[in-house]
Amino acid sequence: MSVVSGALTNAWRDRRRFLLSWFALPMSLVVALLLGAVMMLALGANPVSGYKALVIGAFDGSYALGATAVEAAPLLLVAVGICVAFRANVFNIGGEGQLAMGGLASSATALALPHLPSIALIPLVLLAGAAGGAAWGAIPGAFKAYFNVNEILSTIMLNLVAVQVMNWLLAGPMVDKTQNSTYGLIPETRLLPKSSWLPILVPNTQLHLGVPIAMVVAVGVWVLIYRTSFGFRVQAVGLSRDASRYAGMPVKRTMTLAMTISGAMCGLGGALLVFGSISHRMVTDGSLTGFTGSDGFNGIVVALFGALNPLWSIVSAFLFGGLIVGGDALQVATGVPADMVTALEGLVVIFVVSLEYMRRRSRATSLSPPGRSRSRPPEAGPPAAPPLVAAGERSER
Amino acid sequence: MSHFFTYAILTATVATALGLAAPFLLAALGETVGQRSGVINLGVDGIMLLSAFATYYTALQTGNLFFAILVGIGTGMVMGVVTAFISVTLKAEQGISGIGVYLFGLGFSDLLFIKLVGTPLPIATLNPINIPLLDRIPAVGGMFFKQTILVYLAFLLVPIVTFLLNRTTFGMKIRAAGENPAAADSVGVDVARIRWSAVLIGCTLAGLAGAALLLFDGIFQENLTQSEGFIAVALVYFGAWRPVGVMGGSVLYGAAIAVVLEWKSLGIIPLSASDLAATAPAVITILALLTVARRFRQPAALGKPYERGG
Amino acid sequence: MQMNPVRRGALVLAALGIALGTAAYASGASATTRSSSTPRAMSTLKVALVAPSATNDLAFTQSMYSALESLKSTENLQIAVSANEFVVSNAADIIEEYAHEGYNLIIAHGSQYGSTIESLAPKFPKVSFAWGTAGATFGMKNVFAYEASSNEGGYVQGYMAALLSKSKVLGICGPIATGDAKLYVDGFVAGAKAAATANKFTVTAHTVYTGSFSDDSLMASCAKTFVGDGADVLTGSSQSVVGAIGVAKSDKKLWFGTQWNQSSLAPHNVVASQVYNWAPILKQMFTEIRGGTLGDATYVIGLGNGGEKINFNPGYNLSASVKTEAQKLIAEITDGDITVPQ
Repeated sequence: MSVVSGALTNAWRDRRRFLLSWFALPMSLVVALLLGAVMMLALGANPVSGYKALVIGAFDGSYALGATAVEAAPLLLVAVGICVAFRANVFNIGGEGQLAMGGLASSATALALPHLPSIALIPLVLLAGAAGGAAWGAIPGAFKAYFNVNEILSTIMLNLVAVQVMNWLLAGPMVDKTQNSTYGLIPETRLLPKSSWLPILVPNTQLHLGVPIAMVVAVGVWVLIYRTSFGFRVQAVGLSRDASRYAGMPVKRTMTLAMTISGAMCGLGGALLVFGSISHRMVTDGSLTGFTGSDGFNGIVVALFGALNPLWSIVSAFLFGGLIVGGDALQVATGVPADMVTALEGLVVIFVVSLEYMRRRSRATSLSPPGRSRSRPPEAGPPAAPPLVAAGERSER
Repeated sequence: MSHFFTYAILTATVATALGLAAPFLLAALGETVGQRSGVINLGVDGIMLLSAFATYYTALQTGNLFFAILVGIGTGMVMGVVTAFISVTLKAEQGISGIGVYLFGLGFSDLLFIKLVGTPLPIATLNPINIPLLDRIPAVGGMFFKQTILVYLAFLLVPIVTFLLNRTTFGMKIRAAGENPAAADSVGVDVARIRWSAVLIGCTLAGLAGAALLLFDGIFQENLTQSEGFIAVALVYFGAWRPVGVMGGSVLYGAAIAVVLEWKSLGIIPLSASDLAATAPAVITILALLTVARRFRQPAALGKPYERGG
Repeated sequence: MQMNPVRRGALVLAALGIALGTAAYASGASATTRSSSTPRAMSTLKVALVAPSATNDLAFTQSMYSALESLKSTENLQIAVSANEFVVSNAADIIEEYAHEGYNLIIAHGSQYGSTIESLAPKFPKVSFAWGTAGATFGMKNVFAYEASSNEGGYVQGYMAALLSKSKVLGICGPIATGDAKLYVDGFVAGAKAAATANKFTVTAHTVYTGSFSDDSLMASCAKTFVGDGADVLTGSSQSVVGAIGVAKSDKKLWFGTQWNQSSLAPHNVVASQVYNWAPILKQMFTEIRGGTLGDATYVIGLGNGGEKINFNPGYNLSASVKTEAQKLIAEITDGDITVPQ
């Protein structure tokens, strides 16, 4: 057991070292924004007025802040889910599907129990969302743990399945039949019961209960991963499956549970998308990202920028939420399409992961989940940090 | 259902299936080479989008399809340099950097499309090339030998890549870099350079896949690929990192799409089940994966950057 | 033991969050109410258009965008456009933002935006919302609805298609079975059957709904499937039809377009397009708004009122007899002699 705890202490120290070089993350954002300015210039737009519009649109005034916070909440949850999965060395790119399933499960619950009061219905609905996403995360988790089916394959396929199931349900069994059917039925549910709507916390804004809920959940997950024995097991499994197995940990179950929790987070995000929405229904247009708005991928960016830590992800989510909300203002002000923001996100990711190398040149730190660096031999670092690999391979009792 | 089992319809369905499979196959073959060398590239979709746009724009401006395809391939190569630099030289976390490339490709391709293309017009697409003699074989002829040149190329690449991986020194080095880079290094293989080459090949093929998709559709649109690149990556796992397996997966996937469309067209699948039917390709892939014996495991060093030193 | 940096960071974060939240609340509580002058007093109308596809999609969105732009100077409009908003929740945020900023009219151009309008309109009683293509105003005083009787043009074109088709197999690529897309498809099929009955032949019309308004590739695959089934005349609706038109062009099949003039996409293969002209109803809406009526009316464009027009492609050599038939039908529909089944 001391082997694993020794490795964890080192991992902890590495993380701290990463955080100490705190400028790496904002640096990547700055570089990405500079490249974005170049892109805008090349397209004939004024970057200064563009970015100004973006910042104003995202952060100026309570209304904008509310919109940013509302955009950030599902992103935060997806990011938290990514953090959990990554700790167990599982790459969850199934966020899109888990968001959809969470949305469906929560909508179905609300439609089935319309007469419950808010105090009961809202928690139920959120739990249902989490459960829906959890199921959709458990499947690839179990596949990987018990059948060794690669999670990248299964999550990609399940994303596709989820979107079509959602399309079918929203246009079929769950469709709002009270619509005027002369023009066919739009794929959306009936108006969800008013008692299930997430209450607005600040008048004249969009800021709803989902925002603090997401933040509380993020803190909760942080506690789960870094302060409980379960979290300890998750990290251990992520570091070294073999060492954990020798230490008597239930590796397969832990891995599956980590993916399940990851899915649950995304599912909860899906519930927020539905019950915090303006239209108070679950609706899509049939396209792959018609419901999620690519939050399943944006959440990965948020997690990365949050150093794969649920707490820092709160800041990161707010930032990227602002970027996305501001993107629309950017489009209206300069004519530069909001796709610019997607491209910027990509650049941020590329720079963050690239800059990590630069940092690694000078210190023995690692952003990647510990298990993945096993092929990396010890570097000449400060003697106070015995490398992860050596720690994992020593077989003490 | 009896309508479906007519000569004409079956032939047409298989032909469509093969045509649909080609872009998947090209991208998946490229990804196979890259993954065998130990590098996973999740940015394939983004690269396909960028090259599809480049192909489209070139065709729009010059009217020369051949040149446009070359530009598409070139875009893949350029993105290959970027990807290789990030994944091999900078040793970045591969899965995540791939997502970064994907998001960049998705946003940038559409950005350029909206800004540079005034009125989107379809371009001339490739004409099918009927292979003389072979195309007159009953049934089979119509299915296999009346495709466009890119489809033939895609399927021809299967034995070529197989040969490359299994029978050439280069291929051996690739496999070594993916299985045991330390050992390969110790016998003088420049792991970084091999991985660079493999990633370049992979991304170039992804560029070709983007061009192929664009030429199939005849026009560009936002998110033209609709996650096809990710499916191609998934198919590499499905095919157990072997080109023949990848081909099987691509054809299975393409066939599932084609059959579902055909059944919808013939009314076999009613409108109410239309969306559920669209899950067929993904479900079939998952089921096939579970039932086929998983005797193959992934390249041991897949996804792990290599650093000499011990 | 010194406090570990993560914990420290989290505390700072919490403090920041509390500060931010307080500031937001404070600024929200003291925000000046936005003054929205009554439309009657304004000579300039601020109009916002929110649409699910690009303004140059040669189909759905372009039809509305062009109409708006054409009226810009004559109607003294200040226009803002948010295109490509196919994610409904994003579009909802944008619509609310426009309402918040005091736009006079917000055009939500897409049937998928309906529930958003239903929810937002009561919150902004001084803003006029226009929703299409749809027929319901939810009984709200500030919601206009507009629709296209695309089944009328569909009927005429379906009739022509059946006559022109040599194989007597037609292929119809629908997106989602809703709105003007569904109307068009139903009209087309009805027209084809009518032609068959009148001229004593049988025609098969294959219809597939791809399930997405925006998937070009799927439309292209759909069109290819129809060609494989023997169809030599194709049609379809929505912004994703360009994929299908590409197939029509390369496989040398005929195409009938709707929503916008699609002749340029396949100059020798497009027979005709049903072109939407939203300008007349837009003008009516502007007049109403300036007169103080913000909604509670449904506008329909059709062949009869100039809102829809069949545009014959000069690049295609249409046989005179078919053209005459078509024009006869158009006249009959316009005069109300025949009602097109839905």
